[in-house]
Amino acid sequence: MVSKLTTDWEVDLETDVLVIGGGPAGTWAAWSAASRGAKVVLVDKGYCGTTGCAAASGNGVWYVPPEPQAREAAMASRESLGGYLAHRQWMRRVLDQTYTSVNLLAEWGYPFPTDDEGKPYRRSLQGPEYMKLMRRQIKRAGVKILDNSPALELLVDETGVVAGATGVNRQTNNQWRVRALAVVIATGGCAFLSKALGCNVLTGDGYLMAAEAGAEMSGMEFSNAYGISPAFSSVTKTLFYNWATFTYEDGTPIPGAGSQRGRSLIAKTLLEQPVYAIIDKATEEMRSSMRLAQPNFFLPFDRAGIDPFTQKFPVTLRLEGTVRGTGGIRIIDETCATSVKGLYAAGDAATRELICGGFTGGGSHNAAWAISSGYWSGESAAEYAKTLGHKANQRQVQRVGETAFQPRTEHPHTLATDEVIQAVQAEVFPYERNLFRTEQGLLDSLGRLDYLWQEVRDSQVENKQLIRAREASAMVATARWMYNSALERKETRGMHKHQDYPQQDANQQHHLISGGLDQVWVKSQPIEKTEKTLIGAISNS
Amino acid sequence: MIELVSASRCIKCNICVNICPTNVFDRVPDAPPAIARKSDCQTCFMCELYCPVDALYVAPETDLQTSVNEDELAQKGLLGSYRENIGWGTKRASTAKNDQTFQILKQMR
Ligand SMILES: Cc1cc2nc3c(=O)[nH]c(=O)nc-3n(C[C@H](O)[C@H](O)[C@H](O)COP(=O)(O)OP(=O)(O)OC[C@H]3O[C@@H](n4cnc5c(N)ncnc54)[C@H](O)[C@@H]3O)c2cc1C
Ligand code: SF4
Ligand code: SF4
Repeated sequence: MVSKLTTDWEVDLETDVLVIGGGPAGTWAAWSAASRGAKVVLVDKGYCGTTGCAAASGNGVWYVPPEPQAREAAMASRESLGGYLAHRQWMRRVLDQTYTSVNLLAEWGYPFPTDDEGKPYRRSLQGPEYMKLMRRQIKRAGVKILDNSPALELLVDETGVVAGATGVNRQTNNQWRVRALAVVIATGGCAFLSKALGCNVLTGDGYLMAAEAGAEMSGMEFSNAYGISPAFSSVTKTLFYNWATFTYEDGTPIPGAGSQRGRSLIAKTLLEQPVYAIIDKATEEMRSSMRLAQPNFFLPFDRAGIDPFTQKFPVTLRLEGTVRGTGGIRIIDETCATSVKGLYAAGDAATRELICGGFTGGGSHNAAWAISSGYWSGESAAEYAKTLGHKANQRQVQRVGETAFQPRTEHPHTLATDEVIQAVQAEVFPYERNLFRTEQGLLDSLGRLDYLWQEVRDSQVENKQLIRAREASAMVATARWMYNSALERKETRGMHKHQDYPQQDANQQHHLISGGLDQVWVKSQPIEKTEKTLIGAISNS
Repeated sequence: MIELVSASRCIKCNICVNICPTNVFDRVPDAPPAIARKSDCQTCFMCELYCPVDALYVAPETDLQTSVNEDELAQKGLLGSYRENIGWGTKRASTAKNDQTFQILKQMR
């Protein structure tokens, strides 16, 4: 037995619901479980309130008042972009829940602005303010927070039901264990340490932990979101580039290049030469509105001494992976349950195809999904915990972490963690591999990724390398689900652009479910089935 | 990347150590925190927001180290500028209530 962590837990807790991840999804899950009377522990890799992508960036929210016409328009607007993989039933639920929950934020004191008619305007959340409020709110609800405490692996009982997790405090090195009746994974997406704004805590850890317990992924081919940022900067906020002209170095506009449509052209040009932008289509009035709307957009410019409205500046596209992609852990019913008993998923960690199909691009659905799925997963985890009763925390549990904990071989070698990370990045960052996909390119990458997986599986690491090693293996695992799914989707749909199959194929209007660690598999699942299961589940409940 | 912990301003509260999402700082007894893992800095600017005395400076360059001069930064008003912009700090009110996204989205239609 080569398992790394000892069994002398420096922190050993029992709870009803354990929430892993403290971004919007995790905090909403914790709040809703706690307000149903559950005892809740929330652990985060960073500091709940500042970490995750919403805290650093801020979010437009899919907040639509319950007026039939407005709701209809909201649902219809993105269906074709997403390749008709979204489910109306889910969209309706998310619109309802988001509306209710965002109104709660106002009650809790979030300082929403009023529009020019004097009505409250609730479609936009400033990240630091939003997440500071969420932290305060869950503390009030009695949630115990462990900051700087990444989860490393899940615990399951002898029947495979999820029963908690273990991890380590990255500042004290204290090892923790939380036994729980139900677990919510809200660890966000995977952006492969690309330094997109706020994304470096998002390395796919939740996917890996869930998969080790037997969960499945869905929509992993929709994982190639790239955000525009100034070339020198991390700030991948894209809204204002709607008013930009994209140019070559000499200042001539690049024909067809644009932020929403035309991002591919920017990428194609970047393969050969630098691309510049200038936000010259914003009127004088708008310029001040922009500063008031997103102060952090202007931060890098002000500090670099650039006036983005009058001076051109170089831009790049940073990978945001599944953060603004739509793939993630498969949800099996309206409770946000995964296919593993006792395990729920929410936010970017869970598939978002249900409400936006294969495309999210510029957000608002994402924030709405984090709020709603967070709320439901917490609620259902609490209800499920009640059916077990506290004694269940005395059940025999075992840890199911494999990579970095249990090498497959008798004579493991030391894992070169940083090299593995660079090697994965070399497969997923380049536009010509991940954005413009080809069968050959995907196969080549998968050959190398499979090799990397073997490296990871046959290695061991020192305790102080454990967190990074788990991140590295989560990234390798995520890339393999992504590219195996991409290979299977022999068409172009949503954000999945397959050069060998440039058209959308009506026969492939299905979800791609994937999973497996040593052996990765992909299978298709008809859309109707998910829709029926859901409607069935709702009418039964 | 994080480039400055101002020794003259820092009150050694260690808030930045606690809240940095990627664990860049280390506590140092009786001294300002050390930038211990600079290459892990994701340039998210969160530490600046939480530092109560504007002692930190995060340069906009994400992949490169740059050298900074504290006096110059202070003169240009860049120490604590983000905090000021979002209205955090004593005697300030959150500027979230001035968010004009509605004006901008109107122009999108
Ligand atoms: C620059 C940018 C702008 C965006 N703008 C918009 C927008 O305008 N509208 C919109 O709808 N969406 C937007 N998004 C997307 C939106 O922010 C996300 O969809 C949303 O924040 C997801 O919430 P979450 O809680 O699932 O994940 P996150 O907010 O990313 O939180 C995940 C949490 O899990 C923690 N974690 C990770 N691994 C572990 C582990 N092993 N153990 C414990 N904790 C862990 C992290 O520290 C983090 O706190 C944007 C994203 C970016 C990057
Ligand atoms: S938050 Fe500011 S004052 Fe506090 S320790 Fe860090 S730099 Fe010093
Ligand atoms: S900018 Fe963000 S990642 Fe860098 S030191 Fe500050 S809080 Fe940490």
